[in-house]
Amino acid sequence: MIATVLRISRLNLSRDRVAQLMAFVLPLAFFSIFALVFGQQPRRSPNPVRVALVDEDRTDASRAFVKALEHEAALRPLTTAPPRGGPASAASVPLDRPRAESLVKDGDAPAAVVLPAGFGAAFGSAGTPPRAELLVDPSDPIATPLLRGLLQKAAATAQPKAFARRGLEMFEKYAGGMTPQQRGLMDAWLNQAAAGDGAGEAAGAGVAELLGVDVHEVVGQRGPDGSMVAFFAAGVGVMFLLFSCSAAGGALLEEVESGTLERLLSTPLGMGRLLAGKWLFITLTGVLQVTLMFTWGALVFGLELLSHLAGFALMTLATAGAAAGFGLVLATACRSRGQLSGIGTIVILMMSALGGSMFPRFLMSEKMQKLGLFTFNGWALDGYIKVFWRNAPLVELWPQLLVLVLLTAAFLTIARRLARRWETA
Amino acid sequence: MRESLLTVRDARKSFGSTPALQGASLALEAGELLGLLGPNGAGKTTLVRAIAGRVRLDGGEIALAGRALRPESPRAELGVVPQEIAVYAQLTARENLEVFGRLHGLSRQALPERVAWALAWTGLDARADEPVKRFSGGMRRRLNIACGVLHEPRVLLLDEPTVGVDPQSRERIYEMLSALRKRGTSLLLTTHQLDEAEGLCDRIVVIDHGRVAASGTLQELIASTVGERRRVSLSVERLPERPLAGLAAEGDGHTLCAEVQDVAAELPALLQQAAAAGVVVRDVAVKGPSLHAVFIHLTGRELRE
Repeated sequence: MIATVLRISRLNLSRDRVAQLMAFVLPLAFFSIFALVFGQQPRRSPNPVRVALVDEDRTDASRAFVKALEHEAALRPLTTAPPRGGPASAASVPLDRPRAESLVKDGDAPAAVVLPAGFGAAFGSAGTPPRAELLVDPSDPIATPLLRGLLQKAAATAQPKAFARRGLEMFEKYAGGMTPQQRGLMDAWLNQAAAGDGAGEAAGAGVAELLGVDVHEVVGQRGPDGSMVAFFAAGVGVMFLLFSCSAAGGALLEEVESGTLERLLSTPLGMGRLLAGKWLFITLTGVLQVTLMFTWGALVFGLELLSHLAGFALMTLATAGAAAGFGLVLATACRSRGQLSGIGTIVILMMSALGGSMFPRFLMSEKMQKLGLFTFNGWALDGYIKVFWRNAPLVELWPQLLVLVLLTAAFLTIARRLARRWETA
Repeated sequence: MRESLLTVRDARKSFGSTPALQGASLALEAGELLGLLGPNGAGKTTLVRAIAGRVRLDGGEIALAGRALRPESPRAELGVVPQEIAVYAQLTARENLEVFGRLHGLSRQALPERVAWALAWTGLDARADEPVKRFSGGMRRRLNIACGVLHEPRVLLLDEPTVGVDPQSRERIYEMLSALRKRGTSLLLTTHQLDEAEGLCDRIVVIDHGRVAASGTLQELIASTVGERRRVSLSVERLPERPLAGLAAEGDGHTLCAEVQDVAAELPALLQQAAAAGVVVRDVAVKGPSLHAVFIHLTGRELRE
C-alpha cells in the first residue's frame, strides 16, 4: 500500500516540471547567487573599500599618513574628484572636506578620512594623541570598523619613530630616566625602524589607540534600536510588492481557468482595456501596501516618513507601477496559477537577492553590483535609499524614476503581446 | 418565410493541421430556437466561438441581421452563455449582474431595472445579495445565463446551459428560455442532452467532423435518416417454441419485438398471431423513432476522442 502511495507521488513529481524546478533547481540557483553575492572565491581578499582622503593639515606627517593609507591593499583612496555638480568628465581637483562629505552622501564612497589642521603637530608630542575624522555612511557596516583598524595601522607605519619616542617620553616621565647606554640602543633601533624593515609594523601592533578617530555619520537614518529602518523597509517592501503583484496577476489566470475571461472578451471590453484595468488595480494595491509598511515603520520604528513624503510618493508610484507590470508579465507568460506560483517565486527571490532586497548591494562585489542593475529591485532600492538615506533632492531621483517608467512600459508591452494567445484564436 | 437573423456560410477553420470546421453552414431565423448537436470534437464549440468573435475563420462568412461579422465587429445584438459557470464566486448575484451589465454597455440608469428583471427571471431575487460561492449548481447556472442576456440581445448563444443540474433546475431553465423566446430572442443551443433538444428546439443541426451532417425539424431528420417506423415490444410469459413471422425474440427470453409503419393497422395482427401461438402477452410498448436514433444513425457508434 505504502509502495503504491510512493509510486503515485513519484509519477506526479516526474510529470510536474515546476515542482522539479522548485525542489532541485531553485536551491542550486540560490546557493550560486549567494555564493556570488558574498564573494566568488573564499581565498580572495575582499573588494577594496573606496575612501575619500582630505589632508587639511598639509604637513610632512599628514602626507606620510596619506601615503601609508594609499599603500593599503584593502583601500581604494580618492584624493581628487570632479567638482560637485559638474560633469563627470570635468578635471579632478584635490578633495576638500565638503566635497569628500558629498561623495559619501551621494554614495560614491562609503567613508571619508579627514586629517584636520594640527594633525601632524600632535605626532611625537606626549600630550593628546593626534585625531582624524571619519565621515561615514552607516549603511556600509564594513567600511567603518575596517577603516578604524587601518587608520591605527597607518599611524604606526607612517610615524613609528614619533610614536616610539612618545612612548619613551611617557616612560621616562612616570618610571624614571634611561641610562645613556639604553638611550643609545633605543635610538639605533628607532633609526632601523624608520628605514622600513618591518619593525614599524611590529611597533604599531603593540600599541593600542595611537590615533584618536572621531566618527561622524553624514547620511542615513537609524531607528531607536539602531537598525537601518529605512533600508529594510525599502528592501522588504519591494520584495513583497513583487510577490503581491505576482499573486494579483494570478487573478488573470483565475479568470482564464474559471471561464470569466472568455465571457469578458465576448463583451466590448477587449484585452487592452482589461489589462489596463488590472494593471491600475494592482498598482494602487501596491501603493497601499508600501505606504502601509512605511507608515508602520514611521509609527513603530521612528522612520522619518513625513520629511521624505514627496520622494517616497514618487518612488512608490513608480515602483508599484513597474511591479504591477512585472506581475502581469509573469501571469501572461505562465499557463496556470500553479506554474505562476512556482516560476514567480523563483524569479522574484533571485531578483531580490541580486537587486539587494535581502543583502545590501553596496556590500556585494562590483560585478554583482552591476548585475543588480539588471533587476527591478536594484533600481527601486537605489531610489528609496536616495530619498531616505541620502536626503537627495527630488530631481536626483530622475535616473531611477526614468528606468522604472521605462520598465513599466516594457512590461506592459510584453504582457499585451503575451496575452494575445487568449484573444481571437 | 421568416428572415434569417444569423447565418453561417461555409465556415472553415483549422488549428495547426487539425481541421475543426470544414465548410459548416447554418441559419438561425428570427424567434427560432435552433439546436446544435454533435459528438465531442465535432466542431460545435469552434462554430459558436466563431460567431461570438473568439475564433477567426480561415474561410466562409458569418452575418448577423444582414451585417457581415468579423472578430473585431461590435456584437451588441449577440449574447453568449458559456458552458463554464463564468461568474465571480466572491461577488453576490446582484454584483455579478451589475458588472456584466456594465461591460455589455448598459447605462447606469438602465442597469437597476435590468438587474431587477434578471433576478426575478432567474428566481434569485431572495438571494440577490449573497455571494455566489454559496449558491447551488442550479442557481449558478441560472445566474450564468442571466449575465449573458442583460443587454437584451436579439440572438443568444447557449453552450450546454443545463449540464450538471438537477431536474428541477433544468425545468426552471427551460421556463427561462421559453420566456426569452416570448420576448423575441432567437436562441442557438448547443447540447448533448438529446431529450432537451428534442423537446425544446424548433429545428436541429447535427454537425460532425466540422460539417453539417443533417438539419431540419425532428420529423424531417427522422424521415431522412431512420424513417418513421415504430418499434413494438411485447412482454411475454414465455417465448413461443417456433419463431413467429415478423416478431423477433430478444435475448432476455421474455420480449418479442417488431418494427411497424402503421401501428393502428399492424399491431392487432401481431397480437392475434401471438395469441394463436399460445403466447401470453403481459404488456405492449410502442416507441417512435427518437433523436437518439437519428444522432447515432448520423454520427455512428464509434467513440470520439
